[in-house]
Amino acid sequence: MARTGILIETENGTVKDTSLGVMTAAQGQEIIALVTGADPSALKDKLAEYGAAKIVKLSASGGDVTASPDLLAEALAAAVREFDLTALLGTASAAGKDLFARLAAAMDLPLVSDCVALDVEAKTAKKSHFSGKTFATLKVDANVFLATVRPNAIEAKPAPAAGETAEFSADVTDPGKLVIKEVKKGDSDKIDLTEAPIIITGGRAIKAAENYKMLEDCAAKMGAAVGASRAAVDAGYAPHSMQVGQTGKTVSPRLYIACGVSGAVQHFAGMKTSKVIVAINEDKDAPIFAKCDYGIVGDIFEVVPVLTEKL
Amino acid sequence: MKICVCVKHVPDTAATIKIEGDAGFKDSEIKFVVNPYDEYGIEEAVKLAEKNGGEVVIVTVGKPEADATIRSALAMGAERGILVTTDSQFLDATLTAKALKAAMEKDGLPDLIFTGKGSVDSETFQTQYRLAGYLGVPVVNEVSKLTVDGGNAVAELEVGGGDKQVIEMKLPCVIGATKGLNEPRYPKFPDIMKAKKKKIDQMSLADLGIDAAARAVTLEKLEPVPERSGAKMIEGSVEEQVTELIRVLKEDEKVL
Ligand SMILES: Cc1cc2nc3c(=O)[nH]c(=O)nc-3n(C[C@H](O)[C@H](O)[C@H](O)COP(=O)(O)OP(=O)(O)OC[C@H]3O[C@@H](n4cnc5c(N)ncnc54)[C@H](O)[C@@H]3O)c2cc1C
Repeated sequence: MARTGILIETENGTVKDTSLGVMTAAQGQEIIALVTGADPSALKDKLAEYGAAKIVKLSASGGDVTASPDLLAEALAAAVREFDLTALLGTASAAGKDLFARLAAAMDLPLVSDCVALDVEAKTAKKSHFSGKTFATLKVDANVFLATVRPNAIEAKPAPAAGETAEFSADVTDPGKLVIKEVKKGDSDKIDLTEAPIIITGGRAIKAAENYKMLEDCAAKMGAAVGASRAAVDAGYAPHSMQVGQTGKTVSPRLYIACGVSGAVQHFAGMKTSKVIVAINEDKDAPIFAKCDYGIVGDIFEVVPVLTEKL
Repeated sequence: MKICVCVKHVPDTAATIKIEGDAGFKDSEIKFVVNPYDEYGIEEAVKLAEKNGGEVVIVTVGKPEADATIRSALAMGAERGILVTTDSQFLDATLTAKALKAAMEKDGLPDLIFTGKGSVDSETFQTQYRLAGYLGVPVVNEVSKLTVDGGNAVAELEVGGGDKQVIEMKLPCVIGATKGLNEPRYPKFPDIMKAKKKKIDQMSLADLGIDAAARAVTLEKLEPVPERSGAKMIEGSVEEQVTELIRVLKEDEKVL
């Protein structure tokens, strides 16, 4: 059986659901779960349930791998060699995309970024091309298959395995090219947009920054994150970090609720692969109704509060 | 200071992509533009050169038609261009990075390199990292704020969840630009006319000693992302609509 490494992302000491989906993409392989910051024994049950044969705490002799992406890339490269991995997969989160690109450059190996489906055995992957308009199937010809998976694109399914814990300290040092001077914390209690399982978005119709409160209240009931269209960002109602679309975030939640969004192709570029798309719009001819799953014709200021109340 | 900006020639994001054969697309009828993220890199480079003096060189790996895209970049204020010609829209990211490096070495290595945070056609998000890797210089991506002071650069980037990092590095380095960095200028008519006379050096991959067949990633298939056929509209009073929506999402779709 070929061996696949999965870089596990954690939050507050627990495995992120998005990482479980990445493990599911490698089912049928011997899975080595690589963890960095968190204590592996605390993650053991979950990772074993979703298919980890081995859970390895990865560190580096040259410093704290969680503090330097270049050092972590070197440590991962060492882990690929140590465990004789034929594939290494991660999440296409902001940090994951950056890290895997560093790793691919360091190992001079091909990388498929932000896949929506993949076949580890055949070394093929499906991903978006042309801003969400087409899917491309790519075949990689290399000893080690590197790929990141779009958050939530692959639904996590349990597949119990042994989940033995181990430690590996890579004998690598930080190339020292980057010095992180400061981390400016955003609104940290909010769910990260790209990784959220449910998203509710407000478009230009939201009319004022303070009206996002209405969507936040609704989001809180569903465990959702709040997004914005570019028109809303350009009007100053929301920060760019909330923008969904071609020039914003690409998201793939299981449920996407668009409130007062017209459905421009550039907006769809960022959320088209969502599982279920719902639109609430007062204009029955709004283009979004032609491209979503469920529609409600109505004023968002009337519909959303009722939704929040009934959830 | 010499600044190189890597610019990709890509289909306009509003263009309809018509797939041809298994993995091709009809590129003769659609409009091509400067990759939107690269515009932030061009603007930043031109602003830095205007402030501190220096030369901005556009470097593109692309089909011969990319000449027009380089002209658009030159109209934004860059001095001259280099076009490394290929016969395919989709070159391997590894080969693209090797070609960019070779072209820059031939021309004289720059003090600073900009790219966009990614390209809107192949969405590979890695060429800038590979270029930096081959050159042995630092790289940061998704940069929305930059200060260059003497031999140092300080970049601010979003790292997810709204958090931002401030990272310092030495020049030369590679900066992947994104929205927020600046407002790219719209060239005026005289700028467009001037750009027509600016110099673009052309060379092929083979001239740089790169074998286009040595690719490690093959595009096997292109297919349209399935379109939804139209919403199921939920009728009734607001109360009824919302009740039905919640039921559908819970019971039929199982997403709530
Ligand atoms: C290069 C480029 C990149 C772009 N990138 C992005 C991107 O990343 N993300 C993005 O979103 N856009 C992007 N755009 C912009 C995009 O083309 C649209 O202009 C934008 O998405 C429109 O936002 P909107 O739907 O919120 O606003 P509008 O198009 O103005 O739509 C507002 C909608 O709200 C409805 N409405 C108004 N009031 C109410 C109410 N009270 N209740 C219910 N419905 C109401 C209206 O009927 C209308 O359908 C980009 C454009 C370009 C050219």
